[in-house]
Amino acid sequence: MLNVGKIEEGFVLDHMNAGESLRIYHDLKLDELDCTVAMIMNAKSEKMGKKDILKVECPIDMLDLDVLGFIDHKITVNVIKDGEIVEKKRLHLPKEIKNVIKCKNPRCITSIEQELDHIFVLTDPETETYRCKYCEETYSRL
Amino acid sequence: MRHLMSPMDFSVEELDRLMDLADRIMKNPADYAHKCDGRILATCFYEPSTRTRLSFESAMLRLGGQVLGFATADSSSAAKGESVSDTIRIISSYADICAMRHPKEGAPMVAASKSWIPVINAGDGGHQHPTQTLTDLMTIRSLKGSLSNMTIGLCGDLKFGRTVHSLINALCRYENVSFIFISPPELRIPDYIREDVLIKNNIDFKEVIKLDDVMPELDILYMTRVQRERFFNEEDYVRLKDFYILNKEKMALAKKEMMVLHPLPRVNEISVEVDEDERAMYFKQVRYGMFIRMALILTLLELA
Repeated sequence: MLNVGKIEEGFVLDHMNAGESLRIYHDLKLDELDCTVAMIMNAKSEKMGKKDILKVECPIDMLDLDVLGFIDHKITVNVIKDGEIVEKKRLHLPKEIKNVIKCKNPRCITSIEQELDHIFVLTDPETETYRCKYCEETYSRL
Repeated sequence: MRHLMSPMDFSVEELDRLMDLADRIMKNPADYAHKCDGRILATCFYEPSTRTRLSFESAMLRLGGQVLGFATADSSSAAKGESVSDTIRIISSYADICAMRHPKEGAPMVAASKSWIPVINAGDGGHQHPTQTLTDLMTIRSLKGSLSNMTIGLCGDLKFGRTVHSLINALCRYENVSFIFISPPELRIPDYIREDVLIKNNIDFKEVIKLDDVMPELDILYMTRVQRERFFNEEDYVRLKDFYILNKEKMALAKKEMMVLHPLPRVNEISVEVDEDERAMYFKQVRYGMFIRMALILTLLELA
């Protein structure tokens, strides 16, 4: 059994699908933060069989919950203070995401005007469908 | 300040008010001949167009306003690499309202987000063409008396045809409208129209390949052109361009009061012989388009 120590202040992202933690690390831009990150992959889980966990030693407001909610709103976010869990945050599918995914429609204005933000809007929460704000190209996660 | 990006930007009530205004303009054009005195419309067309651009220009001139603009991207600063955002900031200083056509989808929305004047989407790639939809609605309402209780057949390129997508969206809001989509398998309506618009709103529709079989069922036949500029592959275009040709024989299968519409330009999907048929309404449609654009300009400039 591999042991990774407690963190004093920060957050723990639990119940990530196994193998997803590295992508999430980059999507949350954790590599740009000046803080310690522990990545635990393929941990045993009763619920999921295998799961990934990320422990991040930095204040919670450094975390973009919208991006995380878009990536996987089933992830558990535990907020840690003085080594203890003080809050469990629930994630939601964000109504709009900016510069997380790119529009792949070659006819979209974002394909020629590089300075434009790639904005996707949640159009159907049931099917978790997002559409490009400009051309309405679909991005479906299911 | 309001822009027009999609026909869905207007509620059914607002559309009614717009069409009522267009009706009044048609009946008493002299009352509106100076409503836009001293105002300027910019027509920024990054893609060639005859009807839409001239329709906008004619609409503004008939309201007493003036027009400026460009008719191709080559004759604008886009050829030098200027962004849409920058161009609209410049145009905002010169004009009071702008109609923009662009081959890239969403370009008018980018312009609207940076503009100080109302922006009208005059067609963006295969995406939206709201003023064509307003024209279609105005034509149907004027000639049929209502936008409810009808079966409309849409024929041809239903995949890339932006006028078709906009019209479906708009007509779904009226009572008892059913659709028959007539297209080759490669040019069927996109999934998002089928699933998000039709199925979700419980709209009655069917998809067929042969036009002859459904002609007797239609109250309106909306023909479209297979557009060369929407294809990346010339072979596909050549194979599909003559898939449907409406001629006298097909017209003989239709109801006496059926109406044929077409957003124009046509190539050969409607034989010239059909022009003489009193059910051919596509040239009248052009005139309704000008009046609804007059109503739109007045509404967006808050001069109505």
